[in-house]
Amino acid sequence: MGTNPSLKSESPMSEASVTTPVAPIPVTVLTGYLGAGKTTLLNRILSEPHGKRYAVIVNEFGEIGIDNDLIVESDEEIYEMNNGCVCCTVRGDLIRVVEGLMRRPGRFDAIIVETTGLADPVPVAQTFFMDEDVRAKTRLDAVVALVDARHLPARLKDSREAEDQIAFADVVLLNKTDLVSPEELEAVERTVRAINPSARIHRTERAAVALDAVLDRGAFDLERALDNDPHFLDHDHPDHVCGPDCDHDHDHDHHHHHDHDHDHGHHHHDHEHAAPSSIHDLTVQSVSLRAGPLNPKRFFPWIEKITQLEGPNILRLKGIIAFEGDDDRYVIQGVHMIVEGDHQRPWKEGEKRESRLVFIGRELDREKLERTFLACQA
Amino acid sequence: MPTVAPIDLDDHCLCVAFVGDAPVFALASGLVVRLDHGTHRHELHDGLLAAVTTLDGSSLVTGGEDGKVMRLDADGTETVLRPAARKWVGAVAAGPQGAIAFAEGRTATVLMADGKQRAFEEARTIEGLAFAPKGLRIAMARYNGVSLAFVNGAAPAVDLEWKGAHTQVTFSPDGRFLVTAMQENALHGWKLDGKPGDQRHMRMTGYPAKIKSLSWSAKGKWLASSGAPSAIVWPFASKDGPMGKPPLELGQRADTMVTAVACHPVEDLVAIGFGDGMVLAVRIADSKEALLRRPGKGPVTALAWNKPGRLLAFGTQAGDCGVVDIAG
Repeated sequence: MGTNPSLKSESPMSEASVTTPVAPIPVTVLTGYLGAGKTTLLNRILSEPHGKRYAVIVNEFGEIGIDNDLIVESDEEIYEMNNGCVCCTVRGDLIRVVEGLMRRPGRFDAIIVETTGLADPVPVAQTFFMDEDVRAKTRLDAVVALVDARHLPARLKDSREAEDQIAFADVVLLNKTDLVSPEELEAVERTVRAINPSARIHRTERAAVALDAVLDRGAFDLERALDNDPHFLDHDHPDHVCGPDCDHDHDHDHHHHHDHDHDHGHHHHDHEHAAPSSIHDLTVQSVSLRAGPLNPKRFFPWIEKITQLEGPNILRLKGIIAFEGDDDRYVIQGVHMIVEGDHQRPWKEGEKRESRLVFIGRELDREKLERTFLACQA
Repeated sequence: MPTVAPIDLDDHCLCVAFVGDAPVFALASGLVVRLDHGTHRHELHDGLLAAVTTLDGSSLVTGGEDGKVMRLDADGTETVLRPAARKWVGAVAAGPQGAIAFAEGRTATVLMADGKQRAFEEARTIEGLAFAPKGLRIAMARYNGVSLAFVNGAAPAVDLEWKGAHTQVTFSPDGRFLVTAMQENALHGWKLDGKPGDQRHMRMTGYPAKIKSLSWSAKGKWLASSGAPSAIVWPFASKDGPMGKPPLELGQRADTMVTAVACHPVEDLVAIGFGDGMVLAVRIADSKEALLRRPGKGPVTALAWNKPGRLLAFGTQAGDCGVVDIAG
């Protein structure tokens, strides 16, 4: 290995833990508010002739076509890990169900977890990093959020979960596009993009999407995550509407005070910018950072400290790092305090060796992140 | 020299036991294989999740993904104790006076030998169940502690609180201690016979992996556990249990972990199963080791002695199971 150790924090994996030789089973997590189209998408996945068998973990048996597929009902149950870290939560029921399913691995090729409308996606995802048994046998493939194009503005006003689900997603299906005008759709997509600049967005009616857009994405796979996403953080990406780096001014500090505490003194109507009003309801922000090649001796302590201190506020982080004197790209990703990184592939000829990192979260101190990140430059 | 009679079952073995005098192997598929003058196959479930022998050793009680609770008797009789249902039955327990219990989601049900039933509702999923050795009390392990309830009578359950998720629960044979295995790599214990105000909690931490297997020694002087490169054996002979005392570490290996333990029914001796399939017997008094089985295809998932303690049945994740005769 090179000079850069692979980072792993708050994940008590034992080297000697018992693993099975079988390839880890991919897990897709479907989130989305009630009525956003999760069941429609699930039925689509289960009914298309792809020859794959799925085990589906649901909160309630709904109107799911059960033929040939394994449906397990499970009560969503959040467990706080007893390690003094408030954001280290996992889904206890998933640990049990996945453990049970994986004792009979011949029955299915992949697992789909459907969450309830109000579910927090973070414990679901963290289960696949923090539980040693689950981690040994499965791999989180992607978090897919369904968004009801018509009702999103209202959802964002009344729930933090709707925002979290988008912020946390790798893929967002902007569904029910037939129920809104083109202008409304544009506005909703801008909102989604403002919450999460790095997710893939697909516009759909009745959740009709090519299945390879939601399954087998490898979004948490360091080798693949960024190759799937060649325009990661790029502003000239055709899908890209606007990110927090754009000049829309919707990254005021006031953002995250809105909505949740109604007793605040100032009001958002006095801001002067053109962004759609729904964006005012956002509490999640993203901070995109760019720098030249970094010094690993500065970067690793920095990212460790940032994720330790700011972990509760960080929903996701993703990045590609160029290290000075290192011909390989280093990719890094995180959920709250869990950070993983590894060398990915050599920098290509002519590829600009720069370091890019995006944080999606709440109450992020953009100025401090920028300043301290830049200080890691070689 | 010990001799091994292997049996290859090609499935994850969840539990082994002696029912009557016959070794049985309960597999994740729901098949239970009983070796009694030939191989008998019992299709008890579509997916088996939990199994336990009754206290008199005459039956195996199982719970499954199909929601069924089944009993298999020594003569091969299969009885449906509870027909198929929607939720997984994730834990079963057997108690005094022929009582058995099973848990599905947040409900535990006790079935008494006379046919009476009693259901207990908890706010969180019940992951572990155990009967006290005397007095028909049941312990239900769940998130943030254990509920300890009398099966008869109207007294409310005692809440033994300790933060975190408790996944298994066991009473010491004398009933003085209750110990849980936790989602994190630790055991937690409660001293049940203390006076009010006494320190009742016992934290047993430092394990590098989750603790999947617990076993009390013959007279309850020791509690053996998996979850480390050696079997971690805590002293419970004194009135304060293991407080302030280090555990014994038996059968230490450098390159694998202990995955299953079973204390001998008569001697102070522990059978230890490892991640590579090896099984050792180690005497508690002097840590003397004897090899019972060489490494196999997968981690040891289950170990059980027969009543006299001459035969040891073992099961593995890969299904390469067997019976060791320690006297050859």
